[in-house]
Amino acid sequence: MHNTITIVKKEFRSYFNTPLAYVFLLAFLIITQWLVMRGYFLREQADLRTFFNLMPIIFILFIPGITMRLWAEERKQGTIETLMTSPIRDSEVILGKFLGGWLFLALAIVLTFALPIVVSSTVRPDVGIDRGPVIGGYIGLFLLGGAYLAIGIFASSLWDSQIAAWIVGASICFFLYMIGDPFGLFSLPQALVPLFQYISLSQHFENISRGVIDISDLVYYFSVIFFFLFLNTCLLRRRS
Amino acid sequence: MITVKNLTKRFGETVAVDNVSFEVSKGEILGFLGPNGAGKTTTMKIITCYIPPDNGTASIGDLSIENDSLAIRRKIGYLPESTPLYMDMGVVDYLMFVAELHSIPKNNRIKKVREMVDICNLGREIKKNIGELSKGYRQRVGLAQTLIHDPEILILDEPTSGLDPNQIIEIRELIKKISQEKTIIISTHILPEVTATCHRAIIIHNGKLVADGTTEELVERSRGRTLYFTKMKGPKDQVQSGLQELISVEKVKCVSDSDGDAFRFEILTQKGNNPCEDIYKLSVKNNWIMTELSQERASLENVFRELTSG
Repeated sequence: MHNTITIVKKEFRSYFNTPLAYVFLLAFLIITQWLVMRGYFLREQADLRTFFNLMPIIFILFIPGITMRLWAEERKQGTIETLMTSPIRDSEVILGKFLGGWLFLALAIVLTFALPIVVSSTVRPDVGIDRGPVIGGYIGLFLLGGAYLAIGIFASSLWDSQIAAWIVGASICFFLYMIGDPFGLFSLPQALVPLFQYISLSQHFENISRGVIDISDLVYYFSVIFFFLFLNTCLLRRRS
Repeated sequence: MITVKNLTKRFGETVAVDNVSFEVSKGEILGFLGPNGAGKTTTMKIITCYIPPDNGTASIGDLSIENDSLAIRRKIGYLPESTPLYMDMGVVDYLMFVAELHSIPKNNRIKKVREMVDICNLGREIKKNIGELSKGYRQRVGLAQTLIHDPEILILDEPTSGLDPNQIIEIRELIKKISQEKTIIISTHILPEVTATCHRAIIIHNGKLVADGTTEELVERSRGRTLYFTKMKGPKDQVQSGLQELISVEKVKCVSDSDGDAFRFEILTQKGNNPCEDIYKLSVKNNWIMTELSQERASLENVFRELTSG
């Protein structure tokens, strides 16, 4: 665990070694707040439904941006060799990189807490906003983001090109999110629908963001994270 | 201390390392020589547990790379080729990170980093990011990284490549300074460096070990054949065939184009044959004016060229 924490600290700090993290966080906040707030007062509904509907799509573009450098840069600079010949297990490095990314994502999510505060200030104090979907939505975002991160890290380990890692990561996230979409399910044979619904990232997110935290949804997200981190470990073992 | 036994590694159809075996004793400095693509880096990557071999094994004392990978990595300080470093990290931050990776206790880390800064003479540059350093200083940071956990073994893959002559001398001095009480494998293309710093050298070519011995032994081996150079004014083909016909001469090659009307020839002879007298007589007989006749001093370069050319 000590080694994993060392990697987490290094990865989290390295986001801020360049101005990229600040630009990223700023762009992320401006885009999300603008998309959510631009129609908020027209709808006359004090909830964050738009925000939680948009975030999974925005994450598809942003999260592979967080992860694309994690392995691709190590390979390109050759630092993977010094790192992997240190007395540290492959799994510890991968977990450290994942948790470092998750911590950065958590920071980005926490910075959006201004939204529920603004929204709750627009309703009468005695009515307030329904906290269940907001808390559930944020937990869902954190878990969905974790799954996207695991996919992104896996994509980053495939080549030493960061752009390729971003495109592949975003494509896998998009595919796994959209296969649960009713529009896509409509064209599938009926027997396959429950399977696609189950493996789709969106279905589980919708469950949690309603404010209902089911153990099966948690198991699903942690399974996806574990599966892609495991694939990453297998790929890393095949290094040459 | 280090035992490499029948090591083989393939990348697809290419055999990068082919049944290589050698040993390195404690405290020994081993020069690892070979042309580009010979298999040196692959062998080093296997010993440092970065990649597994297809066949054979390597061990350090009782520890084998298959079963005791983490323990072996604790004993080794490895500087990969071209010194990969995190360019966006500060020098001190990077060394602190490496110290933490090697489980150096928290209260000892700053002391260790200071020690490395002193040994590697990094004092002037500690406030900079690694990306802002010159190549020579980056190399020093790389060496500090390999030394910070006080490893018993150092594996340095071309530590002076790409440096200017001053930097090469500085890094060579630094390696000499740190080499006491350590076992070192150093791969290099700079052969005088091996003669100057290594106790023993091995030469690898096309993945195979082609020579193993002290530098003196290897040089002695090359004395079996000697190279002479001569420059004569005369018709190129006639001079070449005249030289070739001399009994003491094994092979003649014209090595430079006409310099005025003189040509330079490389003459290979067998051990014990000195062709100088014959060459002189030949030039006098044909009235070809000889402007040079020299013998190449036997050196590690000769052995290297002999064993790895073609």
